[in-house]
Amino acid sequence: MALTAKHHEYWRKNLVITAILFCVWFVFTFVEIWFARELNSSMTFLGFPLAFYFSAQGSLAVYVALIGIYALLMKKLDKEYGVDEGDLE
Amino acid sequence: MSTPAFSQSNFNRQLKKYYTFYTGGFIMFLLALAVAEQLGMSRAWIGYWFLFATIGLYAGIGWMTRTTDVAEYYVAGRRVPSFFNGMATGADWMSAASFIGMAGTLFLTGYDGLAWVMGWTGGFCLVALFLAPYLRKFGQFTIPDFLAERYGGGIVRFMGVICAITCSFVYVVAQIYGVGLIVSRMTGLEFGIGVFVGLAGILVCAMLGGMKAVTWTQVAQYIVLIIAYMTPVVWLGLKHTGIPVPQFAYGYTLQKLGDVEKKITADPKEIEVRKIFADRAAAGKAALASPDKAYAEGKANVEKDLAELKTANAPADKIAAAEKAVAAYPVSVNAAKVQWTRETGLAARAAPPRPHAQAFPGKDEAAQATARLNFIGIVFCMMFGTAALPHILMRYYTTPSVQEARTSVFWSLVCIFLLYFTAPCLAVLAKYDMYTNLVGSSFASLPVWASAWAKVDPSLLSIVDINKDGIVQLAEIVIGGDLIVLATPEIAGLPYVVSGLVAAGGLAAALSTADGLLLTIANALAHDFYYKLIDPTATTGRRVFLSKFLLVCAAITAAYVTSLKPGDILFLVGAAFSLGASSFFPCLVMGIFWKRASKWGAIVGMAAGLGICVYYMVTRYPFFGINMPLWFGLSPVSAGMFGLPVSMITIFIVSWLTPEPSKEVQELVEHVRYPNLLGDMVVSEAR
Repeated sequence: MALTAKHHEYWRKNLVITAILFCVWFVFTFVEIWFARELNSSMTFLGFPLAFYFSAQGSLAVYVALIGIYALLMKKLDKEYGVDEGDLE
Repeated sequence: MSTPAFSQSNFNRQLKKYYTFYTGGFIMFLLALAVAEQLGMSRAWIGYWFLFATIGLYAGIGWMTRTTDVAEYYVAGRRVPSFFNGMATGADWMSAASFIGMAGTLFLTGYDGLAWVMGWTGGFCLVALFLAPYLRKFGQFTIPDFLAERYGGGIVRFMGVICAITCSFVYVVAQIYGVGLIVSRMTGLEFGIGVFVGLAGILVCAMLGGMKAVTWTQVAQYIVLIIAYMTPVVWLGLKHTGIPVPQFAYGYTLQKLGDVEKKITADPKEIEVRKIFADRAAAGKAALASPDKAYAEGKANVEKDLAELKTANAPADKIAAAEKAVAAYPVSVNAAKVQWTRETGLAARAAPPRPHAQAFPGKDEAAQATARLNFIGIVFCMMFGTAALPHILMRYYTTPSVQEARTSVFWSLVCIFLLYFTAPCLAVLAKYDMYTNLVGSSFASLPVWASAWAKVDPSLLSIVDINKDGIVQLAEIVIGGDLIVLATPEIAGLPYVVSGLVAAGGLAAALSTADGLLLTIANALAHDFYYKLIDPTATTGRRVFLSKFLLVCAAITAAYVTSLKPGDILFLVGAAFSLGASSFFPCLVMGIFWKRASKWGAIVGMAAGLGICVYYMVTRYPFFGINMPLWFGLSPVSAGMFGLPVSMITIFIVSWLTPEPSKEVQELVEHVRYPNLLGDMVVSEAR
């Protein structure tokens, strides 16, 4: 079927959400690694040097949260733009 | 292919009930064995019970879920609820390397090992954002299916099949190796027999019921493996941090570990041992420089010692020792060279312990920058490889809807997270335990586990009194990474049942991953290669039968390759990820997000990515013997760091140079972008 303007707007919003979450992912992965030495010597958190904490636990928790947020936001967006799959039960 | 009376919510309720019973039953089984151990059951029997009870259980689930229906066989009927799919993906994902090897790698390498932890979790963000929902909407059976529909034509499908089989096969060999290792440890059977016993378990399950059986077995296996991983950690945590969730409190243990490391670095006895190693390494190096002369001199020396002792009428034991030294002297210069090369390797043991939390150690700025680059390389390749391994992506075809596919990635990562954020904790606790209890103890009273494991395999643990002071120094201990998880229960002084449980968990991890991988290989051959490319008129019964037959063939081939014990497992695993990242990821993601990506773009791009990746590995990895200089000092495991960008750029350029995809293809791209479009075929999936 032909896509309406509304559909295009849905896709644009999807891209924005994806891009923002991707940036968060990038920061907590590669930016964190790049500055690991500085982070490690700057402060400790719960007894951990900071970079060790993030690589071992913090970034992982961010990844989990990120995917959860994506699923929730997209669920809402689907409903808003009427492209959701309805109740499957 | 559900019956009209089928109701998803009813199904979910039943699943919850079954698996709650199952978990309860498993815990009862553990308690019963614990009681039996107290009553005097032998260790060998506990091992047998764990082995046969768990494999029997998996086989039982396989038997109960046997099927010949195509949709059931390939995608478990597309009704796996997100939470259960998450657990299944977790088991599918976590391999022998994660379960047994991860904590050991962290124990040995400290911060640097965290590259694997980050790489093997962060990749799921990419799966969630770029792949899972779109592949689910597309809703076919395999990953080459998507490539073929999107880019049109047999060539793309054929290349997809080749890539899928290459990565999966390399990976499955590593799993079967793990299975053989654990089965032979648990029961005392030979390695080769262990491989085939484990294989029988894999086959009954995957062959009878395909994806359906594999899914429900994997859920069961996840439960076993997570219980097995947590039990010793909770125990060890109570001992060292005083709380049962040490994951949040081991920061302070890490600090105490740092103090112990400093003490060990400055300890005069430790320095003495390290100096002995440094001297031996230097002597070896000097001997290698002029081998003939060194060989003659060395031989003359030992013979002279013997002669002197004899003329001096020395005690018999001294003469015997000198005679032994003469007899043990290498028979030829070449044999001596091998020995000297080994001695130079001791230089590694002459270094003081590296602080556990220190990032990117190196003697100067440049070495540190290279260490950082290699860390990034591993993280990069593991992440993008995660988002490209077909056996993982395939799992998201099995959920009932796009929305469930998204939540399913969430549950997958939650299940995986539980193990991966525990591994660094286990490494720190085990290290602290060893540095404080074993180091500094006397050789006369080594703990039982230390002597027992040293007997099993000296490469896993060897403790030799180098400076003959009767006290264990850290530098005198050689420890293999695989020991950490397997021996933690004994290190912590837990009953043997927990050791059996850990082994059963490792087995579950290896079996579940092997199941998923073999199924991917068989499906790529039967569905994509035979049905789609050779005989499109094949009946469904024939296709499913062929897939089962090929599964057995793939399993036997993999077991055969494994029994040859090919090289470095961690390299094999890393290579599989790099290959996946270079070949699949770019064309899958660009196929969804860029309508203009064309058939030839995909073909040339895949070939270029795979080509550069294989080229870099073959010319740089020592195994192949070419050893060209590294680019930017990046290790060959991370070849995907070149492969992926090359592939993306190639797809981009070639797509612009070739005609744009047909209208149907562009409509397909639109179709996958929206979870539900009016005008979609009634629940669009192929059945």
